[in-house]
Amino acid sequence: MDLAIIVLIQVLYAVASLVIISSGLAVIFGMMKVINLAHGEFMMLGAYAVIGSLRLGINLWVAIFIIAPIAVGVVGVVLERLVIRRLYGRMIDTMLATWGLSLLLVGVVTSVAGNTTAGVSAPMGSFSVGAYSVSSYTLVIIGVAVALGLAIRLVLMHTQLGLIARGTMQKPDMANALGISPSLVYSVTFAVGAALSGLAGALLAPLTGVVPTMGGAFVAKAFITVIGGGPAILAGLVSASTLFGAINQLATFATTPVFGEVALLAAAIVMLRMLPQGITGRFFRRSL
Amino acid sequence: MDRRSFIKSSGAAMAGTAAPMFPLAALAADDIGIGSIHDLSGGLDIYGKPMVDALTFAIEEQNAAGGLLGRKLKLFSYDPQSSMQMYAQFAQQAALKDKVAVVHGGITSASREVIRPVLNKHKALYFYNTQYEGGVCDRGTFSTGVTPAQTVGKLIPYAMKKWGKKIYIVAADYNYGQITSQWVKKFALENGGSIASIDFFPLDVTNFGPTISKIEAAKPDMVVSALVGGAHMSFYRQWAAAGLTKKIPLASTTFAVGNEHIVLSAEEADGFLLSYNYFENIDTPENKAFKARFHKRFGADYPNITELAMGTYQGFKLWAEGVKKAGSVEIGKVTTALESGISINAPSGKVSIDPATHHCILNVSIAEVRNKKLNILQTFQQQSPIDTSAVCNLTRNPKDNQQYVIKA
Repeated sequence: MDLAIIVLIQVLYAVASLVIISSGLAVIFGMMKVINLAHGEFMMLGAYAVIGSLRLGINLWVAIFIIAPIAVGVVGVVLERLVIRRLYGRMIDTMLATWGLSLLLVGVVTSVAGNTTAGVSAPMGSFSVGAYSVSSYTLVIIGVAVALGLAIRLVLMHTQLGLIARGTMQKPDMANALGISPSLVYSVTFAVGAALSGLAGALLAPLTGVVPTMGGAFVAKAFITVIGGGPAILAGLVSASTLFGAINQLATFATTPVFGEVALLAAAIVMLRMLPQGITGRFFRRSL
Repeated sequence: MDRRSFIKSSGAAMAGTAAPMFPLAALAADDIGIGSIHDLSGGLDIYGKPMVDALTFAIEEQNAAGGLLGRKLKLFSYDPQSSMQMYAQFAQQAALKDKVAVVHGGITSASREVIRPVLNKHKALYFYNTQYEGGVCDRGTFSTGVTPAQTVGKLIPYAMKKWGKKIYIVAADYNYGQITSQWVKKFALENGGSIASIDFFPLDVTNFGPTISKIEAAKPDMVVSALVGGAHMSFYRQWAAAGLTKKIPLASTTFAVGNEHIVLSAEEADGFLLSYNYFENIDTPENKAFKARFHKRFGADYPNITELAMGTYQGFKLWAEGVKKAGSVEIGKVTTALESGISINAPSGKVSIDPATHHCILNVSIAEVRNKKLNILQTFQQQSPIDTSAVCNLTRNPKDNQQYVIKA
C-alpha cells in the first residue's frame, strides 16, 4: 500500500515535471510556431538566475518564482526583437536561428560561469509514507504544475489578453485591422514563453546539477511532449505529459532509468505513427 | 626590390628568426615535453582541473630544481572536454606532433581505454594516475592509482562491521562502475554479507527518485555508491532531500574525488565513508611541507587537494625518478628503470612501483566526511595491488596487453 502511494507520487511528479519542462515550448512552438531549439538554454538561464540570486543572498523562493522568470522573460524580449521577429512564418529558418542562439547562450554562460556543475540543495525536508520517505519538494513541483495549467487556461480563455493573443496567432492581419499591434502581441507572447521556460529551469535547479549544457537533457523531451500533444495547447500538453510521464516512471520502477527513457521514446514513436496529428488531433479536439 | 628577391630575403629572415620557435608548438630544441590529457570542461571537469593543477605544480617544481637531465620540462595541456573522440585525437597529437616524452592523463576508464592503444601504437609512455577498477596489464602503461583490492577490500569490511551486512549498490554505467560493483559484491560475500541489488546509471541521469524509493523498499543496511560525474551529484542531493542520509548510511568508492563533499552541504554528506590513498589531512612532515608549497602557488583558499590530484603529482614524481635513473627520456630505458622497483617519499607516504604489474604499492586510509572535511579513521600501510597481480605478470609475460576483468 505504501509502495503504491510512493509510485503514485513519483508518477505524478514525472507528469508534473513534463508539464513544467514543456509549458514554455507549448507557448512558443505550439502557439507561435517558432521551433525554439534554444528552449533548453532558456531553462538553463533560469537555473543560473537562481544560482546567481542565491550568491547575492536572495531567498530561494523569490529567486525561483520571481527573479528567474523575469530575467529569462527579459532575455526573451531582447532575442525576439533582435532575431525571432524577422522569422515569423518561416518555421525551418527559426529552427536554424534558435539552434545558433542555443550554441551562443551555452558559450556565453560557459565563459561567464565556467563549465562546472553548480547546484542548490533542495529546500524543505522530507515526509514519510509508511516506511518510505519522499522529498517535500516533489509536492511543490506537482503543485506548481497544476497551478501552471490552471493559470494558462485562465489567461487564454478568460482574459482579454488571452483572447487577443489567440486571435493574433490565428490571423495577424485581421488583428491588425482591428487596431491591435501584432508585433507587440508577438513580443509579449514570446516573453511569456521564455519566462515559463526560465521558471522550469529554476524549479529543476535543486533537483539536477546546473551546467551550461544542461538544456540538452530537456529539449528533446519538451519537443516530444508538445508534438505528441498536438494542436490544442493546454489539453495536448497535459494529456501528452500524463501519457509519457506515466510510461517513463512506471518503466523506471519496473526496470532501470535507462529503460524508462527507452519506453518513453518507444511510446512516442508508436503514438505518432497511430496519431500523426498528436493526441489532440483526434481526442479533445475542441478544447484549448 | 623585385618580388622574387623579396620572397627570398624575407624567407631567409623568417627562417632565421623563426627557427628557435619551430615547430609551431614551440618545443625548444632540448625541452622535454610532458603531455597532459585531462578534462578541463564538461561533466568531468570536477576531476580534471585539480589534476592539471597538480601536474602544473609538479613540473614547475621540477623546473625550479633545474629540470631533468639538465633540460627544462614543458607542459602540453590538452582539454578533451569530456568527449571520447577528442581523447583519441589529442593522444595522436601528443605522440606524433608534439612528441612528448610521457603522457599523463585519462580520467574515466573509458577514456583510458581510448588513449592507451593510441599511445601504445606510437610508442609513447603512458601514466594513468586515477584510482580505478584494476586489471590493466600493459608494459607501456603505468597505473599509479589505487585499485579495488587496495580500497574496496578495506572499505567494505570496515563499513559492514559498523553498519550491517545487506548492501545496495548504485554505480555509473560504464566499465569503472560495472567492474567496481563486482568487486564490492565479491568483498561483501567474502565477509558474509549480501547484495540487495546493483543498479547502473548512465552518466547523464539526473532523476534518482524511483531508485531512491526502490532502495528504501529493499531496506539495506547500507548503500555503496560508485557514481561518477557532475550529473550524478544529484543522487546525493535527492538522497538527502528524501531524508535518507540519516536513515541509511552510505560508503562510496568515488565520493569526494571531485570535491563533492565541498559542493554539497554538511547535512547532505556527513557520515559517508570513503577509502583512498591520499587525504589532505594526512599527518606527516612530507604532506605538511607539500601543502605549504602547494598553497603558496595556488592560494591558501584552494578548496582541497583531491585523491586524483595527488595521484597525478605522485605519478609525475615516479616518472621523474625513472628518468633520473635511466639518464634518458627514451621509453624503453625509462620503463626498465621504473621496473627496477623505484619508490618515492610522497605526501601520502612511501609509493613504489610494483614491477610485475606496473601498479603501485602505497598506503591506503579510510576516512569519514564530517562538516565538509575528510577525517581519517584508519590507515593501512603499504598495500599491494593484489587484484591485478593475481592475473598480471609483466616480468614473466612482457608482451601481455589487455585489461583483466574480475570474474564474479
